[in-house]
Amino acid sequence: METKHCFHCGLDVIKKDEIIFDGKSFCCNGCKTVYEIFSLNGLTDYYAFESNPGATPLDINGRYDFLDNGDIVKRLLEFEEAGTAIASLYIPHIHCSSCIWILENLNRLNVNIRNSQVNFHEKKVRIVYNPDDISLKQIVELLCKIGYEPYISLENYEATKKKVDRDLIYKLGVAFFCFGNVMLLSFPEYFEVEEYWLDNYRGFFRWLIFALSLPSFFYAASGYYISAWKSLRSRMLNIDVPIALGLVVMFIRSTVDIVFDLGQGFFDSLTGLVFFMLLGKLFQQKTYNFLSFERDFKSYFPIAVTKILPGGAEVSVPVYDIVQGDRLLIRNQELIPVDGILISKNTAIDYSFVTGEEALIEKQSGDKLFAGGRQMKEVIEMEVLSSVSQSYLTQLWSNDVFTKKDAKNYKTLTDTISRYFTPILLLIAIVSFSVWVFIDVTTAFNVFTAVLIVACPCALALSAPFTLGNVLRIMGNRKLYLKNATVIEQMAKIDTIVFDKTGTITTNKKSEIYFEGEEPDHKQSAFIKSLLRASNHPLSRRLYDYLPQTNLLPVEDFREITGQGIEGVINGFFIRIGSAAFVGDDTEVSSQTLVYISINRNCIGRYVFTNSYRNGLSALFHQLKGKYSLKVLSGDNEGEREALSNLLPVNTQLIFNQKPEQKLQFIENLQKQGHNVMMIGDGLNDAGALAQSNVGVAISENVNVFSPACDGILDASQFTKISYFMKLSKNTIKTIKMSFTLSLLYNVVGLSFAVTGKLLPLTAAIIMPLSTITIISFVTIMSNYYAKRH
Amino acid sequence: MSVIYLLISISIVVAISFFIAFVKAVKSGQYDDDYTPSVRMLFDDELTKNQSKNDNSN
Repeated sequence: METKHCFHCGLDVIKKDEIIFDGKSFCCNGCKTVYEIFSLNGLTDYYAFESNPGATPLDINGRYDFLDNGDIVKRLLEFEEAGTAIASLYIPHIHCSSCIWILENLNRLNVNIRNSQVNFHEKKVRIVYNPDDISLKQIVELLCKIGYEPYISLENYEATKKKVDRDLIYKLGVAFFCFGNVMLLSFPEYFEVEEYWLDNYRGFFRWLIFALSLPSFFYAASGYYISAWKSLRSRMLNIDVPIALGLVVMFIRSTVDIVFDLGQGFFDSLTGLVFFMLLGKLFQQKTYNFLSFERDFKSYFPIAVTKILPGGAEVSVPVYDIVQGDRLLIRNQELIPVDGILISKNTAIDYSFVTGEEALIEKQSGDKLFAGGRQMKEVIEMEVLSSVSQSYLTQLWSNDVFTKKDAKNYKTLTDTISRYFTPILLLIAIVSFSVWVFIDVTTAFNVFTAVLIVACPCALALSAPFTLGNVLRIMGNRKLYLKNATVIEQMAKIDTIVFDKTGTITTNKKSEIYFEGEEPDHKQSAFIKSLLRASNHPLSRRLYDYLPQTNLLPVEDFREITGQGIEGVINGFFIRIGSAAFVGDDTEVSSQTLVYISINRNCIGRYVFTNSYRNGLSALFHQLKGKYSLKVLSGDNEGEREALSNLLPVNTQLIFNQKPEQKLQFIENLQKQGHNVMMIGDGLNDAGALAQSNVGVAISENVNVFSPACDGILDASQFTKISYFMKLSKNTIKTIKMSFTLSLLYNVVGLSFAVTGKLLPLTAAIIMPLSTITIISFVTIMSNYYAKRH
Repeated sequence: MSVIYLLISISIVVAISFFIAFVKAVKSGQYDDDYTPSVRMLFDDELTKNQSKNDNSN
């Protein structure tokens, strides 16, 4: 059977529901409406760039009423002044060039929008409008109407205007400018030919070089002095100490040289050094704009909630303004932002967001509701027990790990080496000075400075940034996105890997489904499939995908009873699909997810959903087992212990029934025993453990949707490659160590010139770029080789 | 006054003007988003192509 795809959103079109408009077929009215809006405004080019680029607009009834509240709007705006306002909205659906085009042509849909600009990587649209003509609410509603619903969360409410940090680029620009000009001007001196005009203008050239090196020395390199000073104060010798020392000595010696007309100085090497080192810094700084590694509950929580005033009126108030005793109105699918007591008769809450378990929990009037649950039934009323910051879920974030994280100082490999490097360097300088001082005092000073100049660990300082930066990109290409380069070094040190179960080693996508009872025949399964089509419940969707393709039949009297099931009449048969109680079967306690089917009030059996494990899980664990101690943590009950222990290597530790705090403590205990722990998890329930672990990696089916705060995000399709990434991180460290040896060799060569008092500016000018280039090419080749080898 | 002073001053002035242009470009945010502009510049072409196609059919 040929299935048509919706012209707007690309979903399959069901024959019965097909809407033909303007010669195109649409899957639903929503999609057709969007097309209508676009064609009325002459924007059908939207469909020319990319086929089926759209999204079905969702019902927004009242969801953005909070944008009537001036305070909230003010916080969301980037800029506001009489007649002009700028709003930056995050729109998750942005994914192709059509999206960019339509969002940048918003002013053709509504003339009051002055202009709009998309940042594709950040999935943001920046809209400039006149608040007197159009309100933010109208803009948001317009976006929703065309299927581009912005995501507004509590995070936006607090967000301080992020300042773009372009410091490094400016510094790099200055450094390059100085380097290039100084290099050109020092060229004549390299050849030292006794020419008339050269002798004549030597002073002019030298002072010009001096002037040009000033911005490089004082501005571009300023970060190194600050970092060196800080590390000296905390009594740690990091790599910036010998660098800063080298730079300062180089500058002073060169200045003295040209003031007393002793030589041309080392300004060319100085500026070159600063430029190359800044380049290394830039290279290491690979950021993934579309990912965020710092998320906490705020990016999930709504920004405002409906409060019921004593008189019965409903108003939207910011979540932070809720106090104990307030009455709140929570609609279907809304998140409960604070702990409270249910006032309405009953409801069902989905806590999967907090616990990772996908099961609805029934609540009766008077029961306590915890923040973070999603309300799955009709509108409820609740009374607030505690404010947002004191709720159960949010208290997890007041745990020390979330604040400690920033201060956590990790000592990198470079820093460890420089702890020995700096004292040795000073020792060599002093010894050679004291030897030469008996022979010739002037040479002694020259030698002393030359040692510090030539040993300035430029190549040493560059090896780590270039290797790590390169590997960061390699991993990014293979869909492991790391927060920064240090994470690679930490990965290499891991000895224990802890996996979360639900969502991490199991996948929700491909649950195994089988039927218990009288297997439905072809006709019956067509009934079930047709009925399921109308429901949006996750289980319905999964069962729908599982059932074989059939001709879909029209459903009459369809009803969805939230939290229980769906029912409808097809060809005169009354079909019910849902929980045991709903269908009329005896309730049976089971660890599995069950969906019961009844036809004409006669239960024919049930579908069993088993959690299915990711492909290659067993192989991955067996690859890892020799090198790492492996553990599986789960928030679920022990139902699957047996299945798991059959699948995984024998010494894998399985721990069940773990609450989020317990997971965190588990990791902490391991660390106290001296282990370096890597946590691989997915949900918010792992957030504490991810933050506590040395390396926290979040698994994500779609890296564009939200994942908790972590050090790295791994695309779920690459799950089996974890052992490859671990190996790569170890080889990276090996590469860095090799290049350290190489750069130390250069230092020895340079030092031998320096100690014997023969260091000419020309030698320095050759050794410096030569060592830099060899080191950079060496680490690039080596890390690419290791990346390809597996 | 030798011509060398003049030549070098000119070259430095040229270099400085390029440097200022660079700083201005960074400041205006040109380096913040390195993807969207590359897509955006293709839009106008697509549009005119479509329009000319329509013109032909009329």
